[in-house]
Amino acid sequence: MQKYLIEVEDMTVAYQEKPVLWDIDLKIPKGILMAIVGPNGAGKSTLIKAMLNLIKPISGKVLFNGKSYESQRRYIGYVPQRGSVDWDFPTSVLDVVLMGTYGQIGWIKRPGKKQKEMALNAIKEVGMETFSQRQISQLSGGQQQRVFLARALVQDADIYFMDEPFQGVDAKTEKAIIHILKKLRKRGKTVIVVHHDLQTVKEYFDWVTLLNTRLIKYGNVDEVFTDENLKMTYGSSVRVLSREA
Amino acid sequence: MSIESLLRDYTLQIVALGSAVLGAISGILGSFAVLRKQSLLGDAVSHSALPGIAFVFLITGIKNTEMLLLGALASGLLGTFLIVIINRYSRIKFDSALGLILSFFFGLGLVLITYIQKLPNANQAGLEDFIFGQASTLLKRDVYIMIVLGCVILLMVVLFWKEFKLYSFDMQYGVSIGFSAKKINIILSSITVIAIIIGLQSVGVILMSALLISPGVAARQWTDKLSVMVILAAVFGIISGVIGTVISSLVSNMPTGPVIVVVISLIVIFSLLFASKRGILWQYIKRRRNSRHINESRLLINLYELALNHEDIYHPHETKMIEPTSTDKTIKNIEKTLLILRQQGYIKQDYFGTWAITDIGIQRAKRIEKYGGDCL
Amino acid sequence: MSPQLEIIITAIIVSSACALLGVFLILRKMAMMTDAISHTILLGIVVAFLLTKSINSPLLIIGTALMGVLTVYLTEVLKRTKLMAEDSAIGIVFPLLFSIAIILITKYAGNVHLDIDSVLLGELAFVPFDRLIVFGRDIGPKSTYIMLTILLIDGVFVILFFKELKLVTFDAALASVLGFSSVFIHYSLMGLVSVTAVGAFEAVGSILVIAFMIGPPVSAYMLTDKLKNMLMLSIGIGIVNAVIGYQLAALLDVSIAGSIATVIGITFLLIFIFAPKRGMITIGYTRHVRKIGFAVNSLLFHLHNHEGTEKEKVESNRQTLHHHLHWDKKFLDIILKKVINLNYVTQKEEYLKLTQEGRDYTLKAYQDITS
Repeated sequence: MQKYLIEVEDMTVAYQEKPVLWDIDLKIPKGILMAIVGPNGAGKSTLIKAMLNLIKPISGKVLFNGKSYESQRRYIGYVPQRGSVDWDFPTSVLDVVLMGTYGQIGWIKRPGKKQKEMALNAIKEVGMETFSQRQISQLSGGQQQRVFLARALVQDADIYFMDEPFQGVDAKTEKAIIHILKKLRKRGKTVIVVHHDLQTVKEYFDWVTLLNTRLIKYGNVDEVFTDENLKMTYGSSVRVLSREA
Repeated sequence: MSIESLLRDYTLQIVALGSAVLGAISGILGSFAVLRKQSLLGDAVSHSALPGIAFVFLITGIKNTEMLLLGALASGLLGTFLIVIINRYSRIKFDSALGLILSFFFGLGLVLITYIQKLPNANQAGLEDFIFGQASTLLKRDVYIMIVLGCVILLMVVLFWKEFKLYSFDMQYGVSIGFSAKKINIILSSITVIAIIIGLQSVGVILMSALLISPGVAARQWTDKLSVMVILAAVFGIISGVIGTVISSLVSNMPTGPVIVVVISLIVIFSLLFASKRGILWQYIKRRRNSRHINESRLLINLYELALNHEDIYHPHETKMIEPTSTDKTIKNIEKTLLILRQQGYIKQDYFGTWAITDIGIQRAKRIEKYGGDCL
Repeated sequence: MSPQLEIIITAIIVSSACALLGVFLILRKMAMMTDAISHTILLGIVVAFLLTKSINSPLLIIGTALMGVLTVYLTEVLKRTKLMAEDSAIGIVFPLLFSIAIILITKYAGNVHLDIDSVLLGELAFVPFDRLIVFGRDIGPKSTYIMLTILLIDGVFVILFFKELKLVTFDAALASVLGFSSVFIHYSLMGLVSVTAVGAFEAVGSILVIAFMIGPPVSAYMLTDKLKNMLMLSIGIGIVNAVIGYQLAALLDVSIAGSIATVIGITFLLIFIFAPKRGMITIGYTRHVRKIGFAVNSLLFHLHNHEGTEKEKVESNRQTLHHHLHWDKKFLDIILKKVINLNYVTQKEEYLKLTQEGRDYTLKAYQDITS
């Protein structure tokens, strides 16, 4: 019987001398919306990249359902940072979203009618249906983010990793993302989001991980997201929760 | 030829002097190109000089070095200009623009040269020398031209030192404090093109880029200071120019340009491997030391956490107990790390071979827990 | 078949093979890798030649293609040290390998049939001389068949792995998460680029290989936003350029490779200037229109804001207006002429006044901006 969906054990990552992540032990239950929060350079993106096997850690391992990443790849979706790709790439919105189905169809085979339908549905879900034939070079930042979100939805994964999806997006996109997040949770999915805006953590998420190279605290937002813990994460000079709800 | 007679050889002195001057100025200007991530611009510029050379010859009908270099300069600058324009006003990436202009201009040069070859009474012999370079044909006059131009370039670099530094490092900031990026770019690009054109005669179109890039890359490994880097690059350029020239005259059938490139490449490889701080060897040692430190810290923490489960914090544990959560993969490695920790006094081993944490071990473990891995 | 036709057909085949791969190269920002590979394969040729003592051995193509892949690999090794940028790495690896090749040639193969000039600069005119004889029958130039085979391999690869090429090129991290090996795709692509460059090398020379691989794809990139169209257009542009370039070369009696490369360059420049959506003219024109429209609006807003206020006399005085708007006088004159022509503004003595039409337009424009 596996109690936790994701288990990170003893994860240490170092690029140069200083470790970026130090001895992270994290146990994530199924069906939560979790924010990873911490100051710049705290290793937030590195943590999810290491969990996704995109970066090789010095030590430690990650288990999904008690099994290795490789065997569970099929159930994992990923939304990279928007800036990580070249948006001048000659392709359309539909095409990018279809990429999310590639994992299911495997090498060489092409996406068919069924995949196209799934992609169109996902595009609709993020409110981009009028843009499905649009070339991606003509999208605004928020629209780009929604395309990435649709692509992840199409993957039909059980666990989603999102790297700063709220970074520099308009209000409409932010709402769309929140809507999707809540929907995903309703469907029993688990979503892990690298997040920057402390003001919205309580509103958007039900779990939070406070990270600053070391794991400061993680767990239920109401218990963990306290002034005291935030001070530990950001240093004492930051008064983060001036706007306590 | 013996070394002694070699040193007295007048032609060799001329050629070596030319190569040294070339090495120095390309090293200096190449440093900026490397820092601006425009290393391959030199490759494109040297290729785009060809049609200029051919065109001037076609019009004047004589092989006058100054005129040919002027033609090369004009078309080299035109090529640079087009690359910048294409890159700025379209979504075409810098490297594509380079490759495009490079092949376009070189192709045009070929067309002109083959056209000239078909003309009657044209004394076109030697035009192709610009493609591959022919250092051994350098005349005293050519070297004088090189020295004069070299001095001009040097003077410009000294005059505009501050601006070039700003430009290579952070031009956005430079603009914000009132410098014109465009003007600095034009000055720097122009003198870089001049340097490249000077090199064409000795090492040719294809290898010129190496002379520009390699000294800068090698110098970069030894220092973080721009002034030191530029001087070092000049020195590397001179060394490879002179050694290359000497080798190619000592050994029969050794083309000068390629030998210079091989020498400077060896300097690059040496610098990459052995430079202090940045070098590969240095980094390897540092990483080894680093990961050993991390292993030590983690083992200590593991032991500490195990100990916390007991009322007696000095409760000893068997190696086997420590293993499951540790970084080191084999028992043998763990024992090695444990021995190091014991040597440092953080833990002790009792008669039965079990391990217990000491007082200073507890202190260090607490410090690690507090500050993460930074307190190494 | 006439020799001319054979040359043209060969050029067309080479250009198609190069364009197919070139599209992915420029999208992967590896354009200058073609420059590097097309030079370093000379070392492959020399080494293979020195080992086998023959220039026609099939080992030559394989060995030489391996040298191309080695170039890519060495560049990546240097880049991965993080001690230099990728372009510096390219600029160090290829001149070194190329220099070694030239040294080997001048030292050991100087008087053999291995002429650097012809390999680098290429001579399409020689294509018809080397024939392929099957069962005693002459079926055409050898390099035409070699290139046709390579084109087929390239085509099959691109069609078969189209989806993977697209994914890996656009988003390598996602590819990795989805379980597609970008290393496999990358090295297959670069291996094929090397094979294609080697095959084309002898026929057209390295400079035309570079021109074919970069020029038509970049031209196509100016014209379309669809990957499939970009591939088709690249091939089309490559073919047209090859044919025109050959005809020009024949007419002027000059280097065929040089002529085609020149035509490729000119074609790009024309597209760069005149392309319907992304050309310089269109961009310049839309910028101009936008600037004028913007200026018209700012002028109208300005007049509207001060309409009926105490300062109206000062703010809408024609002689001083350019100070308030921070425009130069000439520009103000152009814009004024425009708004008066549009009947948005009237001028009485020195003072400017909005017409009712102008007022309506201003309000509407304001709403458009704020909504």
